[in-house]
Amino acid sequence: MSTAVDSEPGARQGPARSGLVAVARAPWWVRYALLAAGLVVALWLPNGLYPAVAVDILCWALFAVSVDLLLGFTGLMSFGHAAFWGTSAYVAGIVAIEAGLPFPLAVLTGALAAAVIAVPIGYLAVKRTGIYFAMVTLAFAQMIYYVANKWGTVTGGENGLQAVPRELGGMDLTDEYYFYYAALPITVLGLWAAWRIVNSPFGRVLVGIRDNPARARALGYPVHRYKLTAFVLSAFLAGLGGGLYVMGHQFVSLDALHWTTSGKAVVVVVLGGIGTLWGGVVGAGLLVRLEDWLSFSGFEQIGLVTGAIFVLAVVLFRKGIWGSAAAVAARWSAGRGK
Amino acid sequence: MTGFLQHTFDGLVNGAFYALLALGLAVIFGMLRVVNFAHGAFYMLGAMGAYVLLTEFGVPFWWALVIMPVLLGALGMALERAFVHRLAQLDPLYNFLLTFGLTLILQDLVKSRYGVQSIPYATPGELGGSVDLGLFDFPTYRVFVLVFAVAICVGVWWLLTHSRVGMVVRAATERPELTRAFGINVGRWVTPVFGFGIALAGLAGVLAAPMRAVNPLMGADLIIVVFAVVVIGGLGSIFGSVAAGFGIGLVQAWGVVYLADWPILSQTLVFIVMAAVLMWRPAGLFGREEAPA
Repeated sequence: MSTAVDSEPGARQGPARSGLVAVARAPWWVRYALLAAGLVVALWLPNGLYPAVAVDILCWALFAVSVDLLLGFTGLMSFGHAAFWGTSAYVAGIVAIEAGLPFPLAVLTGALAAAVIAVPIGYLAVKRTGIYFAMVTLAFAQMIYYVANKWGTVTGGENGLQAVPRELGGMDLTDEYYFYYAALPITVLGLWAAWRIVNSPFGRVLVGIRDNPARARALGYPVHRYKLTAFVLSAFLAGLGGGLYVMGHQFVSLDALHWTTSGKAVVVVVLGGIGTLWGGVVGAGLLVRLEDWLSFSGFEQIGLVTGAIFVLAVVLFRKGIWGSAAAVAARWSAGRGK
Repeated sequence: MTGFLQHTFDGLVNGAFYALLALGLAVIFGMLRVVNFAHGAFYMLGAMGAYVLLTEFGVPFWWALVIMPVLLGALGMALERAFVHRLAQLDPLYNFLLTFGLTLILQDLVKSRYGVQSIPYATPGELGGSVDLGLFDFPTYRVFVLVFAVAICVGVWWLLTHSRVGMVVRAATERPELTRAFGINVGRWVTPVFGFGIALAGLAGVLAAPMRAVNPLMGADLIIVVFAVVVIGGLGSIFGSVAAGFGIGLVQAWGVVYLADWPILSQTLVFIVMAAVLMWRPAGLFGREEAPA
């Protein structure tokens, strides 16, 4: 494989192209080191990514990867992941306010709470597949939304939770710049966990269930239990994202639980590429950046733009960014190997 | 007792909206295997359209009741040809996502023009006041909505069982391949059926205009409840969807009164019913088990 690269210089290939091929062909740890390095230096780049926006990207990356874990690797489209993102955000916010927990512990508590409510929801939802699964998760998420809305004594109702403290061993994290680096390890851990799940024997079974549930059942795998486990793990990851989100904004409102948030997570995954895992990170970067830019330029109809992008992506660009890039990279390296 | 009857009547009226929307969803699903996320947005367009027709063109309610379903049905058919059709051969989830994107676009388009404030729409003069139903008085307009919605449901049922189109739709719903094998051009009916389902949503929207707050987001949360309704009834079953629509309307109306001390419970009753149905009859009360994937 490595000799093929040297054997043909490829006169038509520019440096950018051969650089991309080299990345695509590098050992996996080099690629992940590059990804990690990218996350670390993101704030130093000259095009000025605001730290607050960068933190949002981290949260949405976790959220999207959690949705892709189900959609891309288990074949289940959850349209209700805002339930886990939002529940974690509220729980993390409440324990930070009431108990003064340091922020990583608050985020962890939130994510655990998300996993706990995912057990009954997942148990009922995995009884259905396909489009019904999407509708059932959507409905249960709406139920959580109504509960949060009516339970104003705890959630603050329409006002949401305000002035959520973020604290870590007496360090001052009020500056978003420092908070980005404080949040980064949690994000990387979460992304690593998702990667580890997908590339484990358990993950292989999930893909087997996605591709042929009847065969997986015939082989003796308890399909429902596998799906439920994947659902709860996914909810936990979504919860990590939601917990970081409330810490980043020091505020959470009912929007975090609304179905538009669930839908946006699926949009991010489709944009990045279903079943690519890292596509979610790219999609999150793109969509969060775009929304920030739109609201900065005073454009109010953000849904119009996201909706239009989404319609186009679904009709014309179903592989997503990461999926298309991977296909192009594969074609290039195959062409060189001849 | 009078109170109970009154709540029951209220529940049936709300159920009529669920039933009309669920009916449209079920008809579209039967023919296209598409769950139309934008159904709530078309309901909203029906109500907003009635308002625009009245204020900008002076078109009264009765004409809006005809014009809006026709217009929206045409828009639905155009969208089917332009987008939905292209994804027909793929996993139905793609069309669910597509219609989700369309929902965001439609809502924001209306929002940018009319804001998010609720707009009042006067009850048509002929239907003002209330009627004496023996034990209690009931607003005339609500009685009209109930009667009208039931008539539409019965009419659609009659069309499905007694007309040639209905036979094709039912056959294509149950065994699409076999229907084609008999030489019936199923594809010809796909676009009109999609338009018809959308027209029903628009009709429900016009009916809602005089009695509900008209605003760009009026269909946004409603559609989620309607999804729960069709999961309860069984989306494959047109009768089940309509029956579940009225049933959930009743359950909610009684819940609001008898569970007044537990607002969290009464707000979420429909989802609790859905959870119970998923426990005992995962395919829905009137649904059949899906073919194994």
